[in-house]
Amino acid sequence: MIRTLPNTKAYTIGFSAFAVFYFIFLFAPLVIVCILAFNDSMFPSLPWYGFTLDWFFSKGPKKVGVFHDPMNLKAIFTSIRVALGVSLLSTVVGTCAAFLFDQEEFRFKKFFYLLMIAPMVVPGVILGISILSFANTLGMFLEHNIGIDLRILSPGLLLVMFGQSTFITTFVALVVIARLKKFDRSLEEAAYNLGANRFQVIWFITLRYLKPSIIGGAVVAFLLSFENFNTTLFLIGSKPTLPIALFAQIRDGGSPVVNAVSFLLIMGMSIFALANLYFSHKAEKQ
Amino acid sequence: MMNSKITKIRWGFFLFFMPVFLWLFLLFVLPHLELLRLSFLGTGYYGKSGFTLGNYAAFFKEPAYWLTFVRTAGYSIIITLIVLIIALPMAFYITKVVGFKARGLLMLLVIVPFWVSVLIRVYGWMIILRESGIINQILVGMGLLKTPIEMLYNDVSLIIGLVHTNLLFMLVPIIGVMDSLDNSLIEAASNLGAKKLAIWWKIIIPHCITGIMSGSIIVFMLVTGSYITPALMGGKNSLWFTQQIYNQFIIAFNWNQGAAFGFLLLLISSIIVGLSLKITGQKLGEVVK
Repeated sequence: MIRTLPNTKAYTIGFSAFAVFYFIFLFAPLVIVCILAFNDSMFPSLPWYGFTLDWFFSKGPKKVGVFHDPMNLKAIFTSIRVALGVSLLSTVVGTCAAFLFDQEEFRFKKFFYLLMIAPMVVPGVILGISILSFANTLGMFLEHNIGIDLRILSPGLLLVMFGQSTFITTFVALVVIARLKKFDRSLEEAAYNLGANRFQVIWFITLRYLKPSIIGGAVVAFLLSFENFNTTLFLIGSKPTLPIALFAQIRDGGSPVVNAVSFLLIMGMSIFALANLYFSHKAEKQ
Repeated sequence: MMNSKITKIRWGFFLFFMPVFLWLFLLFVLPHLELLRLSFLGTGYYGKSGFTLGNYAAFFKEPAYWLTFVRTAGYSIIITLIVLIIALPMAFYITKVVGFKARGLLMLLVIVPFWVSVLIRVYGWMIILRESGIINQILVGMGLLKTPIEMLYNDVSLIIGLVHTNLLFMLVPIIGVMDSLDNSLIEAASNLGAKKLAIWWKIIIPHCITGIMSGSIIVFMLVTGSYITPALMGGKNSLWFTQQIYNQFIIAFNWNQGAAFGFLLLLISSIIVGLSLKITGQKLGEVVK
């Protein structure tokens, strides 16, 4: 049954076949999306008309590749901008949260900890509509009573950034807390004894120690923001992020350009994921 | 001297506390309270029609609404069970059957696809299943089908998509607990003549129940809250509940009704999560980790 017990041949082969089917199921859609990005056809489907890089580099007029397609290019840059903002905001607040819950003692700490976990558990759609409603009400209130019109509060990229940060900050906080738990606090005490104040200790000792996990958290935040759809859907204004733009194209049946964008994303994500895995592995060994 | 040290430490506390407090209250607590308030307001002019239960009543009166709700909850349970049935043997294969070297590679292969956006994975399934898709072309090419048939936009394709996008979230927690299962227990049972099925029921599943529960909760929450997969792979006439919320908010512009739907979705998720936690006697904080 397990590797230390004698097994019948049929059992071993059967189990391996199951694993093979599992991986075919897992990878089939990804592999097919990638392959069809190189098909010299006007539609993302078989038959195979030959290999081409047109869907990446062609200038048109018949075929327009990704690198000459203003709509998808703009969406990619919008997504990168949003993801950088979210990454910065959620890393700063998430690190504060990690210090707060690991190093400070205060009343209702348990309650606040559960409250901090909650944004990760609440469906993204509900986060989206709640922040949309709140921003709208607040905006109306400020306009009617004080007479100021805050751009942040109407749907747009800033609101998307805040909306995404709501749950992404929790992820960053959990990543940093995990590392902070292993921190040897006698190092801090030693620094205090040598005359350092709280801020010097945090800056020179604790943050130095936390660096790998803070970078890891920022990368995770970037990726989560880059591919977020459910929360963004309700907060987006006139400038779509990449997932929103792709969704509209895919709903209409897709095109080889969508495959080309997907291919670039899959390659990018794989590199990111492998690098992240490598660095977290390295951080654990230290 | 003592006093000044205490005030210094309190300053540190506020430095950490204020951003976290602002985050949780401005972006989470207040928006949800506002959503709750909206859901109890009439659908007339903004803020003028006062308190009403009409939005919740409309949900129970209109079959199109509550049928979508029941369908979403029902399919989410079915999908969670299918994911569990696939993930259990796979977790067993990775932790107990293959050698240590293959294990690292398999873990990597299992995880990497989940870094790819759901949108792209769903797009892949659409290319495979649709009327002009890969499967149809192969079947027609082989002469097994005369004309292509539409395999997308039905409940089966919906299930395939949602199972595919959520497998990992079941697999990882189960692998976590299955790792700690002592092989000698299985060996002992086997030596004493237990059948495979008995070993699964009496040893493996009871040991893994915490992982199974947390995996099931995560998958259930993700499936009920998903939007992309039902919108792109589900039938045209059968909505997912998140699509009802979208329709109320963005298309009908009836935010009060949409807010009520949002809270109903939140309610069913919380009730099911709470129930499963009660049954297994776990705490939310432990499951989330």
